[in-house]
Amino acid sequence: MLQGWVIASVSFAYLGVLFAIAYFGDKRADAGRSVIANPTIYALSLAVYCTTWTFYGSVGRAASTGIGFLPIYLGPTLMAGLWWFVMLKIIRISKANRITSIADFVSSRYGKSQLLGGLVTVIAVIGIIPYISLQLKAVSNSFTILLHYPEIVMPARAGAQPLLQDSALYIAMILAAFTILFGTRHLDATERHEGMVAAIAFESLVKLLAFLAVGIFVTFGIYNGFGDIFDRAELVPKLKSLMTVADTGASYGSWWSLTFLSMLSIMFLPRQFQIAVVENVNERHLARAIWLFPLYLLLINIFVLPIAVGGLLHFPDGSVDADTFVLTLPMAERQEALALFVFIGGLSAATGMVIVETIALSTMVCNDLVMPVLLRWKALRLQEEQDLSWLLLSIRRWAIAVILLLGYIYFRAAGEAYALVGIGLISFAAVAQFAPAIFGGIYWKGGTRQGAIAGLLAGFAVWIYTLLLPSFAKSGWLSLDFIREGLFGVALLKPQQLFGLTGLDEISHSLFWSMLANIGCYVAVSLRKRPDVVETSQGTLFVDVFRHTEGAERSRFWRGSAQVQDLLPLIGRFLGPERAREAFLAYARRRGLASLEQLQANADLVHFAETLLAGAIGGASARVMVASVVKEEPLGIDEVMNILDEASQVRAYSRQLEQKSRELEAATAELRAANERLKELDRMKDDFMSTVTHELRTPLTSIRAFSEILLEDPKTNLANRRKFLAIIVKETERLTRLINQVLDMAKIESGNAEWHTADIDLHEVIEESLAATSSLFGDKRIRLEKLLAEGVPRVRADRDRLIQVMLNLLANAVKFCDEDRGCVTVRLSAGSDAVRVDVEDNGPGIAEADQHTIFEKFRQVGDTMTAKPQGTGLGLPISRQIIEHFGGRLWVESNPGRGATFSFILPLNREGMGQEERTEK
Amino acid sequence: MTKRILIVDDEPNIVVSLEFLMKREGFEVAVAADGEAALKSVEEKKPDLVLLDIMLPKKNGFEVCQTIRANPAWQSVRIVMLTAKGRDTEVAKGTALGADAYMTKPFSTKDLIAQVRQILGES
Amino acid sequence: MNRAIITGQRLAAVFLLGCVLFNYPLIALFNKPGELFDIPLLYLYLFGVWAVLIGLMALTIERRKD
Repeated sequence: MLQGWVIASVSFAYLGVLFAIAYFGDKRADAGRSVIANPTIYALSLAVYCTTWTFYGSVGRAASTGIGFLPIYLGPTLMAGLWWFVMLKIIRISKANRITSIADFVSSRYGKSQLLGGLVTVIAVIGIIPYISLQLKAVSNSFTILLHYPEIVMPARAGAQPLLQDSALYIAMILAAFTILFGTRHLDATERHEGMVAAIAFESLVKLLAFLAVGIFVTFGIYNGFGDIFDRAELVPKLKSLMTVADTGASYGSWWSLTFLSMLSIMFLPRQFQIAVVENVNERHLARAIWLFPLYLLLINIFVLPIAVGGLLHFPDGSVDADTFVLTLPMAERQEALALFVFIGGLSAATGMVIVETIALSTMVCNDLVMPVLLRWKALRLQEEQDLSWLLLSIRRWAIAVILLLGYIYFRAAGEAYALVGIGLISFAAVAQFAPAIFGGIYWKGGTRQGAIAGLLAGFAVWIYTLLLPSFAKSGWLSLDFIREGLFGVALLKPQQLFGLTGLDEISHSLFWSMLANIGCYVAVSLRKRPDVVETSQGTLFVDVFRHTEGAERSRFWRGSAQVQDLLPLIGRFLGPERAREAFLAYARRRGLASLEQLQANADLVHFAETLLAGAIGGASARVMVASVVKEEPLGIDEVMNILDEASQVRAYSRQLEQKSRELEAATAELRAANERLKELDRMKDDFMSTVTHELRTPLTSIRAFSEILLEDPKTNLANRRKFLAIIVKETERLTRLINQVLDMAKIESGNAEWHTADIDLHEVIEESLAATSSLFGDKRIRLEKLLAEGVPRVRADRDRLIQVMLNLLANAVKFCDEDRGCVTVRLSAGSDAVRVDVEDNGPGIAEADQHTIFEKFRQVGDTMTAKPQGTGLGLPISRQIIEHFGGRLWVESNPGRGATFSFILPLNREGMGQEERTEK
Repeated sequence: MTKRILIVDDEPNIVVSLEFLMKREGFEVAVAADGEAALKSVEEKKPDLVLLDIMLPKKNGFEVCQTIRANPAWQSVRIVMLTAKGRDTEVAKGTALGADAYMTKPFSTKDLIAQVRQILGES
Repeated sequence: MNRAIITGQRLAAVFLLGCVLFNYPLIALFNKPGELFDIPLLYLYLFGVWAVLIGLMALTIERRKD
């Protein structure tokens, strides 16, 4: 005989154990030694998916639809295969943005929209509350059944008892208190509840063991293994049909849509999001969960069909609800302890679900529904409140209480009605509406806030019309007419045969239409206009989360000014001043700053503050609050597009890269050229030195040789002596000339030459030069032709220097003239702005290639092929320097074989320069 | 028998001085003003020693030296290279090409004569 | 290629394989009365495939080198 107090005290003892685990977990977490930093615990906590709807309901479902209960678990198994990409991305995004709930996620993605967050919250609350009722009902029923042990009495219609005798009420109250203790002990910026997760993982273990215990007992205790049960089932036609699926298109269709639905539910049920994403402490844990969680599902389902069949065989008259077989089979076999264990297992399944779900919902209600309203409500003067953390906590506590109360009220109202029994899948279909906005949000940058709102509203409306309202009608709360006849009697509007679509079960039917409406509106409205600034930046942060390193990129999207002394109190109001100070201090230390005073209120800090706040009050509200103290300069959409547009980014990047490499190439080429020039200069200097040395040594050789000869041999005959001395004098002159020219050259090049500038008559200069060289002409019998224009204007130049140039050109001309019929022509002519002088010879000419080099120092053309020319090789370079000094130009024109013409021009009209030139050094 | 010396230089005054010196020392002297003339002279009558300038028109001293050394018949010809460029590389190049000695201009007449005599084995 | 991406692709392949194995028309092949080792055919097939998929995922994950 199981007394009520025994069951109650065992239950409380169990809850006590849970609380101890949670308390221990929190303590360890505070100490930095997390108990849940373990992939197996993460995987077990994910099994919060399995509620009483699994624990008791699967068997019930299997008893009526046979193997049809399975898709609900096959879907999550398949989905786990995609977690590596999808869930990891959601976790990464959520951690980067301190997402605290699924509503926060959606609202953050679409530009931190409060409206969207609220909408998601409403959908979640409406979709989930009946599901919570279901847990209450299961616990209450199992308690009642167990109370009658060993008799098997089906509980009275739920809600039939007087309120104060209704165990469900007390269960709801206990669970509310328990959840408040678990979930809102303190306000965490990350909204993580490590202790709770540890407790949930423990619960998952308990319910699995309990279910396996029943399964093993039924399969091997009551019957002789799987073979025995299935053999017996073969004999009963009704049972035999449970082993197969109806072989119709519709039944395969339902199979598929249930699989699909559960794939979405495992992602988007608020409790799953809470456990898998918000409570995740390390994204590497996900890997183990990918196979361990499906394994859990497999284990908890192996015995479902045997228990269902066993129950149906055991209670053939149908007096016992199949939903209770898990409990009633051990009871019928007088297994007191096992029955109690099963009850605890069911309690685990229920409490796990209720705790996580209400925490998730209360966070959403607080952050996305209540706070935004309160913060806008100026009359409350919340903006002036110094510490709002108490307010946040109490809102959450109240939200938990209210949610459970609503769950209880729904339970009372619905009772045995269809609305409760079928609610599992109806809930799934509700949360499936989040899928387009979330999947679209993390893979498509084009999704907009309006698109998401439109999609959610449309999908939610269709869900209400095709699933929720019909379930109300079937429960007798609404006239069944609108199901049978359609709304306003329009047959096309029959909620379960919308637009005449038949042949689908109600879930598939609703899923099809709601998804069509949802995705259709989401995509169509999103495409209607370009995402705005915030949507674009958030979209990029979400979609490209793997490319943006932590925090590095985000501040790009913000420009404005803020003060630390504004931000800190703001955060303090929600987190408590002490915690806020600590968080800011930690932030400062991470940046290597010693104190808060050194913090710069830059984009990074503002972002840090906003994320910190987002952890407490949700992204949308956090944005509003931070914006209230921060002067933000809005970025133009074009600006953001420029920053963001992936293509343009890549293009810009590669453009930059190209430009850089071009610059680099250019720099390299320049360097190489400079290096070449330097090497060339070096070589030239070397050559120059070598040549000068050579030119100096050659006359010295003769001088020394003859001097020694004369010195050693005083008896040298007079003729030789004269000859030798003449050579010595000549070579000495040559040496002097050379030295003068080298010095001259050096002076001109270094800018130290003396210039005596005056107005020069070139006519005079030429005549004087010709006079000085007349003996040369005479010696070589060279004809001179003078074509000198009269009245040529004077030019400003140094007379002696110009004579030097002329002498050089004339000497060259004579030197290279035709040996037999030499002829040199000298021309003087005046143009409008310059005077020109040509000196033409009729010698061999200068090859094209040499016309440039002859102006280089010591370059004498024809070194090896003709007799060695006389001269220092400095004449032409010096001449050119002189002419260029006066702004003129000296060049040569020649056709090899037909002589060469050296010409120079000197500019006219150089007024105003003379005086300065005179003193120029 | 008097030794024959070929003087190759394009500086007429240097040729005059060398010719005078060598004749005074009792050598038979031939003269060439460029590389080609030098080789022609060697061909016509093989000298015992060549005083060879490097900077020569038409064919420089190195080439002349190389040509002489390449001809087995001219193995006995001694070569003293004269240069106004005192670079080590040129000294090395000359020696490598088979010159017997190398003198830098301006040289001491005594040293030159001593060198010539030594190479000819007359000292 | 990044090892993590290879792992992800293997898992996605398991997902696709599961989608095919758990759906019409393949399940229709096993959706008939009859037993194998005293276990109904469809039941055995579904749990067998399920176990194989889990095994493949476990193998992919636990033996990855990243």
